[in-house]
Amino acid sequence: MPRTPAGPELDRLISLLAKLPGLGPRSAKRAALHLLKKRDGLMAPLAVALKEAAEKVTACSICGNWDSSDPCQICADEDRETGVICVVQEVADLWALERSGAHKGKYHVLGGVISPLDGVGADDLNIASLAQRASAGGVSEIVLALSATVDGQTTAHYLVERLEGLTVDITRLSHGVPVGGELDYLDEGTLAAAMKSRHKA
Amino acid sequence: MTFRIRRITLTDFRSYAGLDLALDGRPVVLTGPNGAGKTNLLEALSMVSAGRGMRGAKMDELARQGAPDDPASGGWSVSAVLEDHYGEETRLGTGISAHSDKRITRIDGAPASGPTALLDYLRFVWLTPAQDRLFMEGASERRRFLDRMTMSHDPSHGRAAATYEKAMRQRTKLLENWPRVDETLLGVLETQMAEAGVAMAAARLDMARRLAAGARLIDEAVFPAAGVALDGRLEEQLQSQKAGEVEEAFEAKLRAMRPRDADAGRALVGPHRTDLLVTHKAKGQAARLCSTGEQKALLIGLVLANARSLQQEASDITAGAPLVLLLDEIAAHLDPDRRAALFDILEETGLQVFMTGTDPDLFAAWGTRAQSFTVRGGTVTEAG
Ligand SMILES: Nc1ncnc2c1ncn2[C@@H]1O[C@H](COP(=O)(O)OP(=O)(O)OP(=O)(O)O)[C@@H](O)[C@H]1O
Ligand SMILES: [Mg+2]
Ligand SMILES: [Zn+2]
Repeated sequence: MPRTPAGPELDRLISLLAKLPGLGPRSAKRAALHLLKKRDGLMAPLAVALKEAAEKVTACSICGNWDSSDPCQICADEDRETGVICVVQEVADLWALERSGAHKGKYHVLGGVISPLDGVGADDLNIASLAQRASAGGVSEIVLALSATVDGQTTAHYLVERLEGLTVDITRLSHGVPVGGELDYLDEGTLAAAMKSRHKA
Repeated sequence: MTFRIRRITLTDFRSYAGLDLALDGRPVVLTGPNGAGKTNLLEALSMVSAGRGMRGAKMDELARQGAPDDPASGGWSVSAVLEDHYGEETRLGTGISAHSDKRITRIDGAPASGPTALLDYLRFVWLTPAQDRLFMEGASERRRFLDRMTMSHDPSHGRAAATYEKAMRQRTKLLENWPRVDETLLGVLETQMAEAGVAMAAARLDMARRLAAGARLIDEAVFPAAGVALDGRLEEQLQSQKAGEVEEAFEAKLRAMRPRDADAGRALVGPHRTDLLVTHKAKGQAARLCSTGEQKALLIGLVLANARSLQQEASDITAGAPLVLLLDEIAAHLDPDRRAALFDILEETGLQVFMTGTDPDLFAAWGTRAQSFTVRGGTVTEAG
């Protein structure tokens, strides 16, 4: 592909934008041009926002959620049930569940699913910290809200094995989660129903 | 309930710039020279369904390649009008528009969620010349053939097969570092393989039973019946043991096989190695040893047996959707008696059937019972 006839700054911006999920080289060019056109209204504030987010947002040391405070707002919220931990793959799933309002307890973000084919083993995910939380006492139930994909289910089975022997109930979402379904894409009603009809794993 | 495809419309599909073909409901015979577009027309119909059609085509090879004096749009579409016996019509359409690569599906003009929605209206059973060597090839082709038939009865078979395949590949990858591996994860993957593998084997066994039952409906005196058996450990064990026991035994086997599978770089045992064994019942001979024409007849027999059993599963969830048979090069290799017998059997099924061949004479036994077309240079004209 011929290079964009632009200076190195613009070229670099485009190549970085193209790395964003869903963007690709063509949309990246469009986005860069759009930003330049809205230099004061969008580009400059975006640059500031990026810088601040990069400096201040970190993974919560308890649950793995992104926030500018550590522990995150959810972990720090004393009104939430501490006895129930909902395990999700990504922060996007946490957001989806929060949107549905179906979960009143705490979360644990794994950061992905186990997949040896993609070089992701159990040690690459926040699994050890989950086991720690689960065995620390005060936790009565762990809800596995993982996607219904094969890898999601492998991970769920794996967690059941790893958490075996602890005095916590391990439950999973079932009803309404379509086969191969990614949680993030489900509507609130389906998620709430899936949360309500969870069953022992 | 009888259903008939009464009209087929193609736009920029393979060799067809445009085609609007009206059908009267009789069996359809398409004849014409090589490269005329006979198979393309059957393939177009097979796209009015979930999946990639009877040639397993890539979506981007279906759009007609235009020429400078005859430009093509870059997209393609196929639509079929289905008529029930009350004369009610449903228009089914699918295709890809020029500036997107997303498949579009329409039912009576309204966008459908996806091509899978078409399965509620229409299902195809096809036979292609590519399958002629089925009994001469390795087990994998026959296994695919069996699995595709199994899925047509039992959609969950596809899911079980996908789960099995994925878990098996993850396990193989993990075993690359044997013996320094996460044994808990290995165990989890093996449990998944055992569960999905036994479900697959059970569904295949059901399928083999259906084929055997379907074969009994064919008069062996005029058309050779196929004996069907499955060569696979799980399938065999399921005949005499409970599924739970077979599952446990397979899981234990996988565990025991870890070092050898690690050495081999793949799983050496499992339902991914099952073979479909077909015999010429009357002769008691393996299909592989039969003559070319006998093999073709056995294959047709299996496809018909499957169609019959699909037709009979009236209470099943997938029932209701009418079946259409797409039989490409159907008359090739068959002697006149077999051909005539086949046509009678096809007529008896009451299903709508589309047949192709290069030579109109091969279809003479149909007489006026079939609607015949000549295909030539992208046009289709009714013969006679
Ligand atoms: N995307 C495409 N655009 C234009 N032409 C195509 C495209 N794909 C295939 N063709 C052409 O369509 C022609 C007809 O193919 P088809 O397989 O339907 O022939 P046929 O009538 O079944 O012949 P045969 O008797 O040899 O089986 C071929 O010559 C092929 O080159
Ligand atoms: Mg052909
Ligand atoms: Zn937190």
